[in-house]
Amino acid sequence: MSPAEPVGARPDADRTADEPVDGPRGGLGLALLGSELAVLFRRVRTIALLGALALIPVLLAVAVRVTTADGGSGRGPAFLGDITQNGLFVSLTALTVAIPLFLPLTVGVVAGDTIAGEASLGTLRYLLVTPVGRVRLLLVKYAAAAAFCLAATLVVVVFGAIAGAALFPIGPVALLSGQTIGLGDYALRLLLMALYVTLSLLGLSAIGLFASTLTSVPVGAMAATIVLSTVAQIVDALPQLDALDPWLFTHHWLGFADLMRDPISWDSFAANALLQAGYVAVFGALALGRFTTKDVLS
Amino acid sequence: MSHDTTAVRSSHDVAGPRGAFAVETTGLTKQFGRQRAVDGVDLAVPHGSVYGFLGPNGSGKTSTIRMLLGLTSATSGDIRVLGGSMPDDLRRVLPRVGALVEGPAFYPFLSGRANLHRLDSGDRRAPAATRRARVDAALDRVGLGHAASKKAHAYSLGMKQRLGIANALLMPRDLLVLDEPSNGLDPQGTREVRGLIRSLADEGTTVFVSSHLLSEVEQMCTHIGVMSAGRLLTQGTLDDLRALGEHRVRLLTPDPDVARDVLTRLGLTPEAPARSDATPATAGGSVRVEADLAVEGLSPESIVAALVAADVRVRGFEVAGASLEDRFVDLTGEGFDVAG
Repeated sequence: MSPAEPVGARPDADRTADEPVDGPRGGLGLALLGSELAVLFRRVRTIALLGALALIPVLLAVAVRVTTADGGSGRGPAFLGDITQNGLFVSLTALTVAIPLFLPLTVGVVAGDTIAGEASLGTLRYLLVTPVGRVRLLLVKYAAAAAFCLAATLVVVVFGAIAGAALFPIGPVALLSGQTIGLGDYALRLLLMALYVTLSLLGLSAIGLFASTLTSVPVGAMAATIVLSTVAQIVDALPQLDALDPWLFTHHWLGFADLMRDPISWDSFAANALLQAGYVAVFGALALGRFTTKDVLS
Repeated sequence: MSHDTTAVRSSHDVAGPRGAFAVETTGLTKQFGRQRAVDGVDLAVPHGSVYGFLGPNGSGKTSTIRMLLGLTSATSGDIRVLGGSMPDDLRRVLPRVGALVEGPAFYPFLSGRANLHRLDSGDRRAPAATRRARVDAALDRVGLGHAASKKAHAYSLGMKQRLGIANALLMPRDLLVLDEPSNGLDPQGTREVRGLIRSLADEGTTVFVSSHLLSEVEQMCTHIGVMSAGRLLTQGTLDDLRALGEHRVRLLTPDPDVARDVLTRLGLTPEAPARSDATPATAGGSVRVEADLAVEGLSPESIVAALVAADVRVRGFEVAGASLEDRFVDLTGEGFDVAG
């Protein structure tokens, strides 16, 4: 075959390089996001993580129920004593318990796996060759991690509500500011709290995404993310390092209690949103800078 | 990174005359630390060819392929794939390229079919409406139709290899880049892959296939490029490469001394001194006389005529090229299964 000879046998052989191969350009390519969410949430590991989170409010409610039946002392974190009076507090208590460790743990696993997981499977090179643009892949991966944050938080809240309603009497809820609200209003506030906690985890997710672009060993990225969240909380707790506190992504993590006041105090919500947006911007930019120039060798 | 398509259109002359080559590199180099994995490679893969990219393991084939596909950046040199410059025109070029790079890779927890759906959904130009049909067609084409619902972790290496090839065939492609496509396949599978590549080539797809097995490349390729230690030693059509080798005259005669004189008169340099005990004798008192056919335009029949005219009893005569394998061992200085 002569090297200069055009292909010939192919009907569209003299198509210019610019024309799309087939069909429309496909807009935003949301199919990939759908596929990413399907792969994430159908995966056994993700389901196990969410299942473990669901166990927190359930075990909490059962434990309180059993100990109070034995005439327990009512010691424990805030709200814990209130549970026996009103089962609706189980969600709130479970969120408080899950925030320092369990939620960051699961989010660290998912966010740390985003890019490194694909790299370790080798599927990263096939996604990039498909081609999924590197920027688009990062955006889709981050969106899926954020969706997991929301799902994780909602699991704690919803299973808390179910366990509370099943094991304890429910009724109008007393707010921290003294007023009492009905079930509908309380449900709305629970949802707001879930959003608050989801928002709180977005900065951590961005850190995990960045860590994930640094390695092709997913466990490394997961561990780094989880360790960082723990270190930030320790620094937050040390009085000697108070100056750093406003800059720590964990600083407002427990601020959702402000949503249990009337009128709602939005200050911590706004401060938290600003702080998390800053972390997302910084670590998102780092992840982009790293990933778009990275040699994919895995 | 994120080139706008229209901007790309105006900044390159791809809409003009088609380049002769589907893949073209100049001075392509990749440096890892102090090691040059790829060293000044000038590839020229003609449109419509089946180009065998041959070299021992570790000779830089996969590193080259990674750069062609924009997975890694070149340390220096230019790459043009299907008329577009890589990696700048990646978004426009890669939808027309199907690839198997450094072995297949899949989500072990998804079925073969779900894996293909996943990768296809990443291609914005792949119409979702035909996805199911295209995935099933690709699976059938590589003979995986029956195992489509099995989880990928239950696939054998050969099945994964087939699934990887199916992934490259999800859309009509102008170029297929297949890195060691028959790794892990049994002889039957190897033959099937060879047939598949031939049928794709017949449809007009340019196929760039890497291998460390000469026999495999020889059986399916029209063109060949030989890599060794990061360098492209030679490239061209298979016939060019065969012709490139020096031909040898092999003569079987009981009159070796006269024969040598004749050959010398024709300008050849017969080998070995005329000591009869040093020349290998064969049955019937014949002796083998060999010489490199180093004279331009000297035809085999004129040699025989000259021998016969000098009363040399010619009992056997052949002019043969060195085998391709000999050529490649000469070029690379090693056998083909040796890790470089």
